[in-house]
Amino acid sequence: MSEATMESDVVPDHPALAEDGEHGTTTGISNNKLMMWAFLGSECLLFGALISTYLLYKERFNDFAETLAPFEEDGRNIGPRFGGEDGEGVFDIPFTSISSFILLGSSLTMVLALSAIRRGEYRNFRIWTLTTAALGSVFIAGQIYEFTEFVEKGLGYSTNIFGSAFFTLTGFHGVHVSLGIVMLLATYIMHKQGRLNSDKAETVEIVGLYWHFVDVVWILIFTVVYLFPQ
Amino acid sequence: MTNTHTPVETAADAHDDHHPSDLFYLKIAGILALFTALEVATYFIEDDVPEWFLFFSLTALMIIKFVMVAAYFMHLKYDTPWFRYLFIAGLVLAMGVYAIFFFSFDLFGLG
Repeated sequence: MSEATMESDVVPDHPALAEDGEHGTTTGISNNKLMMWAFLGSECLLFGALISTYLLYKERFNDFAETLAPFEEDGRNIGPRFGGEDGEGVFDIPFTSISSFILLGSSLTMVLALSAIRRGEYRNFRIWTLTTAALGSVFIAGQIYEFTEFVEKGLGYSTNIFGSAFFTLTGFHGVHVSLGIVMLLATYIMHKQGRLNSDKAETVEIVGLYWHFVDVVWILIFTVVYLFPQ
Repeated sequence: MTNTHTPVETAADAHDDHHPSDLFYLKIAGILALFTALEVATYFIEDDVPEWFLFFSLTALMIIKFVMVAAYFMHLKYDTPWFRYLFIAGLVLAMGVYAIFFFSFDLFGLG
């Protein structure tokens, strides 16, 4: 039996071909998913750098603290969560907690969207995809509001090294969420155009991987930046 | 000569037969929400408990949540182990590099 014949015998049973109608791979693993996981692995280094930088400089909140409006009068040694005239500090933990629940909820709707398209339930897929994008948008709106509040309280990007590290970390995460929303809307449009159905569910899975990664990064940021004791 | 799979192909194929139900995902989300609520609760009680306890419990909850999302929502538990290796490689590399980063800053009195 020639090599070409042997290949033709093997390829039709190939998982990648069977699921997506595309070419099989020599490893039997989808190249697209493999690439996404390699990308997510590299993203660990990016966010690792940003979180490490924040941890390194979080004690420097009081540099130039006189520029932080709520702390002008007492000049006490305060952190971003406590202190100031009203004792509330800069961070608003209850507000950020609600944002965290929203982003966590969007991971659930994302995985439900994937389940729906795998089963060929296209109406549910559209609903869950748009819900995920909407929840992500609410999270971003909350972050914009939060940033505005911080600036009004006197903590800007260039106020001190703490501000630079904080805004860079949370801002990069916000950009990732925004890109995720664009990817979700793109999948929705592709589906509406008839270019995305249950045979191409892997495309949705890959977008979902990115979305869930953004969620796990927020799990780290929320704990390390907002909840760890000062 | 049909149905000829290599071991790698078989491993890659395995996950496709094991998609959890929507109810299962709801349960996972419920547990994650509960853990998040516990995390947030520490903010309101932190004056009454030791700092080391808060640090330990928050770190534990964070790791559990991280693993749950990666394992169930990102399907690492069901997918081929190669994806797990890639992701863990990134994580371990990041932790190693930034542990050295912290050590260097501490060593040279920077930061």
